[in-house]
Amino acid sequence: MTEPLTAIKGTKDGLLITISPTEEWGVVTADLAARLDERSGFYAGGQVRVDFGTRPVRKDELMSLRALLERRGITLNAISTASATTIDAASALDLRASLNDAVAAAGALSDGEIAFNSVEDGTYGVLIRRTLRGGRTVHNQGHVVVVGDVNPGAEIIAGGDVIVWGKLRGKVHAGANGDETAVICALDMMPTQIRIASFISMPPAEKRRKVRPEMALIRENRIVVAAWEA
Amino acid sequence: MAAKVVTITSGKGGVGKTTTTANLGVALARMDQKVVLIDADIGLRNLDIVMGLENRIVYDLVDIVEGRCKLRQALIKHKMFPDLYLIPAAQTRDKTAVSPADMIQLTDQLRQEMDFILIDSPAGIERGFRNAVAPADEVLIVTNPEVSAVRDADRVIGLLEAENKKTPRLILNRAKLDQIRKGEMMSAEDVTDILAIKLIGIIPEDDQVVPSSNSGVPITLNEGSRAGQAFRNIARRLMGEDVPFMNLDESNNLIKRLGRLFAGGKGI
Repeated sequence: MTEPLTAIKGTKDGLLITISPTEEWGVVTADLAARLDERSGFYAGGQVRVDFGTRPVRKDELMSLRALLERRGITLNAISTASATTIDAASALDLRASLNDAVAAAGALSDGEIAFNSVEDGTYGVLIRRTLRGGRTVHNQGHVVVVGDVNPGAEIIAGGDVIVWGKLRGKVHAGANGDETAVICALDMMPTQIRIASFISMPPAEKRRKVRPEMALIRENRIVVAAWEA
Repeated sequence: MAAKVVTITSGKGGVGKTTTTANLGVALARMDQKVVLIDADIGLRNLDIVMGLENRIVYDLVDIVEGRCKLRQALIKHKMFPDLYLIPAAQTRDKTAVSPADMIQLTDQLRQEMDFILIDSPAGIERGFRNAVAPADEVLIVTNPEVSAVRDADRVIGLLEAENKKTPRLILNRAKLDQIRKGEMMSAEDVTDILAIKLIGIIPEDDQVVPSSNSGVPITLNEGSRAGQAFRNIARRLMGEDVPFMNLDESNNLIKRLGRLFAGGKGI
C-alpha cells in the first residue's frame, strides 16, 4: 500500500494533520480538502497542528493552507517542520512553529528522558537574525539564538539554551522540557521575566547598572545571573 | 506627477494619528503640495471634524468603493487650501466594507493628480489597519512617550516588517520636556532605543492642540505654536528636506534658561 498523501488524526493536543513531504503542493492540498469534506462539519471549530515533514513551505503556500482550513471552520494552530524555509514562513505569519518529530528522533529521545541535553554535540536549534518585536513568540524544542534584540512583549520558549546577541527585554523560558542545565545569555540582560526548567526569576527593580554580557543559570535551586564569560 | 502614499498608524488609540494626519496635510498644502487625506477609520470617522469639513460631506470612502459616486465627487476641498482634499470615512459601516485591494486601487487612481496621499489609519492591528497600510509607500508610526503606546508601536513595526514594507519612521507625540527631564517620562532616546527606527519628528505637548482640533483649525496654522512648528518640520522632512530637530528646551523665562544652561540641560 502506498503512503497516504495526507493523514488526519486526533492527539491529546487536538488534531494533527500530516502532509506528504514529496508530493506536489496542489495535489496534497486537494487531497486534504477532500478528506476534510468527507466528514464535513466534524472538524469545524477544531484546532490543528500540521506536520510538513521535510517539505519547504513558502509563506503564500502556508497562507493558502490556513485559508483552506479556515473556510472549513478549522484553526491552524501550530506547525511542525524540519525545514528552515517553513519556519521562516510560519514566523512571518505569527504561527507557532516547532521542529518536528523526525528531527527530534534524530536526537534519539525516549520518554521520561530529559528532552534536551545542552552539552551534547550535534544538538539542533534555530538562528533568528532579526529583532523579535512585541507580540512575537518563538517556540522551539532545541536552542534558540537571536542575533538582534528581544523586545518587551516578545517571548521565547526553548527546550535548550537561549542566546540573545543583543538586548533581552522580553520573556524567555529555557530548558522548557525540564532541563535544569539550560542557560540564558544576553549581551544586555533586562528581561521582563526569565524561566529555566521550573524556576522563575524576575529581574531586580534596581536602577540601570553597567551593561555587560550576562548568563542566567540554575545554581543551588535558584536562578542566578553572572557575567557571561563562556 | 506621482504621489507618495503615506500612512499614519500607531497600534494604540488616542496617541494622535488623526491630529498628525490633519496637521501634516495642512503643512504640506501650505508648501503648495497637492494633498488628499483619506480617513480609513470606517465607522468612527474623525478626520473631517479635525479638518473642519464635517458639514460638507456628501459622499464617503465606502460610496467610492461601492461605486455609488465618482472619485471626484467624494473629494472635499479644504476651505483655505484649494489643493487640499479629504475623503471622509463612512459613519455607518465597518472596516470590512473596504478591502486592502480597494485601497490600492483608489490610491492608484489618485496618484496621477496628487503629490501626497495621507491615510489616517484606525487604531488596532486588524482589517482597518491592513486597509490603511496596504497602499503605503511610507508608514509613519505615531507614539507617545509611555510604555503601553511604545509596546503597541513595536508590535505594529513587527507586522510591517512581516509585510516587507519599507522601515517606518517615528513621530513622538505629546513629549513633555519637564517630565522627561525629571525622568518621569520616556525620552526620545528611550523610545528609539526600543523601537530601533528613525525619528521623523517630536511634537511637544501643547494645550492648544485640543481646542484647535475641536474648532476644525489644525494647530499648524497657528504660527506661534511649537507643536505646529514641529508638524511643519515633519512635512518638510517628508518632502526630503534635511531639517534639524528643534530644541524643545526653550522657555521664555531667561532665568530658567540660564539656570538650565549651567545645569548642563540639553534639548531633545
